[in-house]
Amino acid sequence: MVFGVILAGGVGSRMGNVEKPKQYLKIGNKPIIIHTIEKFFVHDAFVKLIVLCPKQWMENTKNLIKKYLADGAERVVVLEGGTTRNETIMNSIAYIEKEYGLEDDTLIVTHDSVRPFLTYRIIEENIKYGLEYGAVDTVIAATDTIVESQDGKTITSVPDRKKMYQGQTPQTFNAKKLKELYLSLSEEEKEILTDASKIFVIKGEKVHLVEGEVFNIKITYPYDLRVAESLIQEQNKAK
Amino acid sequence: MLNTVYRLVAPRRFEVEFNDINLHAGQVVVRPTHLSICHADQRYYQGLRPAEVMKSKLPMALIHEGIGEVVYDPAGNFQCGDSVIMIPNTPLEQDQVIAENYLRSSKFRASGFDGFMQEHVALAPDRVVPLDPSIDKIVAAFTELVSVSVHALRRFDAIAHSRRNIVGIWGDGNLGYITAIFFKAMFPDVKLYIFGVDQEKMSQFSFADDTFSVMDIPSGLLIDHAFECVGGEPSQKAISQIIDHIQPEGTISLLGVSEYPVPINTRMVLEKGLRLFGSSRSGREDFLKTVALYKEHPEIIGYLSNIVGAQIEVRTIADMNRAFEMDIHKSIGKTIMIWNK
Repeated sequence: MVFGVILAGGVGSRMGNVEKPKQYLKIGNKPIIIHTIEKFFVHDAFVKLIVLCPKQWMENTKNLIKKYLADGAERVVVLEGGTTRNETIMNSIAYIEKEYGLEDDTLIVTHDSVRPFLTYRIIEENIKYGLEYGAVDTVIAATDTIVESQDGKTITSVPDRKKMYQGQTPQTFNAKKLKELYLSLSEEEKEILTDASKIFVIKGEKVHLVEGEVFNIKITYPYDLRVAESLIQEQNKAK
Repeated sequence: MLNTVYRLVAPRRFEVEFNDINLHAGQVVVRPTHLSICHADQRYYQGLRPAEVMKSKLPMALIHEGIGEVVYDPAGNFQCGDSVIMIPNTPLEQDQVIAENYLRSSKFRASGFDGFMQEHVALAPDRVVPLDPSIDKIVAAFTELVSVSVHALRRFDAIAHSRRNIVGIWGDGNLGYITAIFFKAMFPDVKLYIFGVDQEKMSQFSFADDTFSVMDIPSGLLIDHAFECVGGEPSQKAISQIIDHIQPEGTISLLGVSEYPVPINTRMVLEKGLRLFGSSRSGREDFLKTVALYKEHPEIIGYLSNIVGAQIEVRTIADMNRAFEMDIHKSIGKTIMIWNK
């Protein structure tokens, strides 16, 4: 079984003076989180879509889903997020285990709620390679040179750009495997391993790459919001 | 739902833009899988349409020939994953007399509004036609072009008088070839002659009863009815030849598109009492008839596969440009984009 896991756990701190978490801001005529849920909603592979958000936003999230998805809201469940990204993912796995049981091929496609521009192909390839490899990360080739600095003052190394990629989401995991690996981590390791795919890598497991899209942007800063808005408004110019 | 649209914004330049598909508007959401490039798309891509036309139509997603898979149908008439053909003609009113493709109010994909170069296409349920999964998808991609021939043949059947001993088709390109294949399927007892310029191309018309070079048509040769599938400047010569070789009260079905007005020998049209009628585009009934003919005559798919040219997998905008550029340099055949966006 395949589950969509939409991560809306964080309360954004980088958006300037807006009061709402960024996933609840509107682009076009809908909140960003609804745009993101809709991309998963039309994919029939998902048994259930699990949305994880801050506790104080749960009722609001449920109301939005009812308003915009109407009858389709039955396929979506809203849960409380955890203290970290991985804890949030673990909450979704706990829900799946309780409601459906964890099978060897239970797959979770995890995605940032603030990346509404993902495509059907990206989701499809995440599921395909997730079932085949057990772990998938969505990336695009780096266009800027990446430099490494240990002290934040001088360059330690300049890795070969051809081998560098920028991570996006979705990230897809075999739920049973991720749970096993996560539970095997020490508290100290859990602090450091903020990215779930890194857990697989550290433990020597292969993570397959899926090609993302340059426009699959994460809406983090006020600037991103303006970019996102302009991308959608382009339709008004077309016929 | 946010939907990625790949619009032509200027000659040879595609850009990504987004629209928002309303999932509660009763529309069927289809994910395109195989798209076929048409001359009309090329005229926009290369900037060959008049400047004012380019300015008023762009930005616009190109392509009006294509198939896909259903991803969402709120009414439940289609299952997810069903193969379907998308109909580009989009009527805005119903008319008991005039066919949907001739209503001046109808809109047409990649002409009046966005074509199929999108992540998803949202269509009214009657703009979606089920496609038997056993049909070769590469061939099915240009069903729209095929349906234009079928539409013309249905009109021929309705308009032409009953003496149909010999019918001639002028034109040895894609349209002539497709019209000839379906003519034989729909009118197997009528003798079919092909008139063209290229012996190589005409040798593909093996199912026809005879082929003739337009440079050397026997003077006494007579036909009852004719189809003009030439288009452009040479259509004048073709129509003139047809008028010379057609029997009185025959019909001439005009299918070839010309950018310029074509002079016609009306004196002989009058003397012979000929009927000239145009055919353009197609409607739902034509698509249904086409799909039924695919099933009744499986050999048709084999004939159609002879005109498949390049097949290009499209994952990036660079791939889209590559497909259109390759299509420009072909001599005959259809370029198919295997759409993976």
